[in-house]
Amino acid sequence: MDNDAESRLCEQTAWLIAVRDNRDRDAFARLFEFYAPRIRTMLARSGRFGTAADDIIQDVMLRVWRKSAQFDPARASASAWIYRIARNRHIDVIRKDARPVPEELYIENTAEPDAAGGLALDQESRRLREAIGRLRPDQRAVIEQAYMGELSHTEISEISGLPLGTIKSRIRLGLDKLRHELKDLRTE
Amino acid sequence: MSPMIHHIPEHLIRAYAVGGLPQGFSLVVAAHISVCDECRARLETEEMAGGAILEALAPDTATDGRDTALLAAVMAELDDPAPAEPVFVRSGIFPAPVMQALDGRPPRWRPLGAGIRQTILNSDREGSVRLLFIPPGEAVPDHSHNGLELTMVLQGSFHDETGAFNVGDVEVADGTLEHSPVAGTGAPCICLAATDAPLRFRRFLPRLLQPVFRI
Ligand SMILES: [Zn+2]
Repeated sequence: MDNDAESRLCEQTAWLIAVRDNRDRDAFARLFEFYAPRIRTMLARSGRFGTAADDIIQDVMLRVWRKSAQFDPARASASAWIYRIARNRHIDVIRKDARPVPEELYIENTAEPDAAGGLALDQESRRLREAIGRLRPDQRAVIEQAYMGELSHTEISEISGLPLGTIKSRIRLGLDKLRHELKDLRTE
Repeated sequence: MSPMIHHIPEHLIRAYAVGGLPQGFSLVVAAHISVCDECRARLETEEMAGGAILEALAPDTATDGRDTALLAAVMAELDDPAPAEPVFVRSGIFPAPVMQALDGRPPRWRPLGAGIRQTILNSDREGSVRLLFIPPGEAVPDHSHNGLELTMVLQGSFHDETGAFNVGDVEVADGTLEHSPVAGTGAPCICLAATDAPLRFRRFLPRLLQPVFRI
């Protein structure tokens, strides 16, 4: 893999790739130190504290370790991927039935990771963070509430203001490429 | 994968991403995304926004000691085998999340009259989700809705006043839509339908019977 290109990825995504490709425990510990306190904040916002929060954080981080082969930096930042796992686990705990999730779409041990796609998405991810940083405090508060799961779906339908169009196009390219590779695998 | 025409509206994808949808709607969204890369890209985009918000949250530093102890516990478990979890895969016309709702078994159809059959997958105070089997050319009775209804075609097709719906398409009907869906003439139409309120049929079943049939 192109190390020079990878060193320009945001550090969390680079740690997750190190976990995925090298089972790197130090990188995993860094991911834990970065995300555990943030997931704790996220859980506290819906009233889950103490050992109830510990259980979810532990479960989420173990899944990060065990499922890292599914992480594709051309389609997600480390934060996006971990956000998804945290949301899914939290809802599984809240509801009696498992949260319905879409079929997974990935190739394990892909021979040619899409480094260019990963970098392109990473740049968009940086722009998104800057845009969030520029929001008015009241706008920012509403968007935080929405993504922390504190609004009803009627309230969510009124949310706008995040520049997500380019990110969607990038992810779409990543998916198209993956579909292509899946087709090649089937016809080999 | 044939291109779909009728997708999940953006605000419902966002609501699903953030965990704000009832079980039934979540199932329709997950089933559609299993077969639609356009909506999958939109879901993953919402998750990028969620991730950026998560990253920017103030970490809960009052619990540093707690996190250190938790990290040690997690590191000690890394080499343990993952606990066995049931894995569901697509089976025939049913995407993996529908198979999960069916507990991996084939649907057990219950007759509703006129050759129409249903299997209820989940029903709680937030609404219900079911599979519907409609013979070719058969009309589903006129109905309007108290709330929101999402219907995804899994086999065959149907059409109504708003258009034609083929495999993978999702119809979104709110309280203002009074429609009379008719199944296409090919294979029987099998749909996944979720509502957040009991359906109100205008004929076909007296409203009093609705709780009995849970329709
Ligand atoms: Zn779609």
